[in-house]
Amino acid sequence: MDLRRDVFQAIADPTRRGILLLLATQSMTAGAIASNFNTARPTISKHLQILTECDLLKQDQQGREVYYHFNGKKMKEVADFIEKFRAMWDERFNKLENVMKKYKTKK
Amino acid sequence: MERKTKVDAKDGELLITITRDFDLPVELLYKAYEDAEIVSQWMGTNVLKLENVKYGGYQFETKDNKGNVVFRAHGTVHDAIPNTLIVRTFEMENAPFGVQLETLHFEKLTDDSSRLIIHSLYQSGELRDQLLQMPFAYGINMAHDRLQQIFKK
Repeated sequence: MDLRRDVFQAIADPTRRGILLLLATQSMTAGAIASNFNTARPTISKHLQILTECDLLKQDQQGREVYYHFNGKKMKEVADFIEKFRAMWDERFNKLENVMKKYKTKK
Repeated sequence: MERKTKVDAKDGELLITITRDFDLPVELLYKAYEDAEIVSQWMGTNVLKLENVKYGGYQFETKDNKGNVVFRAHGTVHDAIPNTLIVRTFEMENAPFGVQLETLHFEKLTDDSSRLIIHSLYQSGELRDQLLQMPFAYGINMAHDRLQQIFKK
C-alpha cells in the first residue's frame, strides 16, 4: 500500500487539515496558501503534493498560476468508512437486542 | 430505517464513541456483556474466558471450519459495576491496531429501555483511522468463509 496516497494519512497531519479548511470555500495559489502558515514554503508545497496525490485537492491551471481547490467527493469516502464501521456495530447490537429479547421471554 | 447506532470519530482524535439505545432493561443489556454464552451468541465468536471483575479479563477466539484460528482478542478488566460500567482493554492478536482502552457506560432510560455508550481510546489517531478504514477487521461476527476471503487478500 502506498501510504502517501492514503486519505487517512493525509488528514492525520494538522497543517494538511488546515490547508483543507482554507480551501474549503475558495481556490488559492500555493503562494497564497503558504502565506497563511508559519511554515517554510517548500514544506507547504510538499503538503500540497500529498493532498493532490490522494485526490483531496485538485489543481487548476489559470494562465501562469496554478490554483488548488478542495475535492469534496474524496472526503465523502472518509465518511463512508465511518458509515461501514457504524453499520457493522448496528448489526451486532441488533443481534444483541434479539438475543436478549428471547432470553427475557424464556425466563 | 432509523439509525439506532451512532458512531462519532472526530478528525485527529484518538477516540471513537459508539452510542446505542436498546429496547431492553439495563439489567438485560449488562447481562449481554456478562454471560459468556450470551456474548458468544451476539459477538459470533467463542468466549474462552470472561471475568467481568476487577483484575479479571476476557479472551475471544473464532475458528474457521477447518479449525484454523481466524480471530483472537483479549483484554484486562479494570473495573466492573453491574448495570453501570465496564472499563477494560481490548487487543486484537496478530493485528496492527495496538491496544485500546474501552469504557462502557450502561444507562437506564426507562424500565424497558437503556443506553450503551462505548468510548474506545486508541494509542494514536493513525491506528484509530486505520481501524475505521477496515471495519471488517473488527467484524468478528462475520460468517467464517467471509472472514477467510478477507484474510486471503
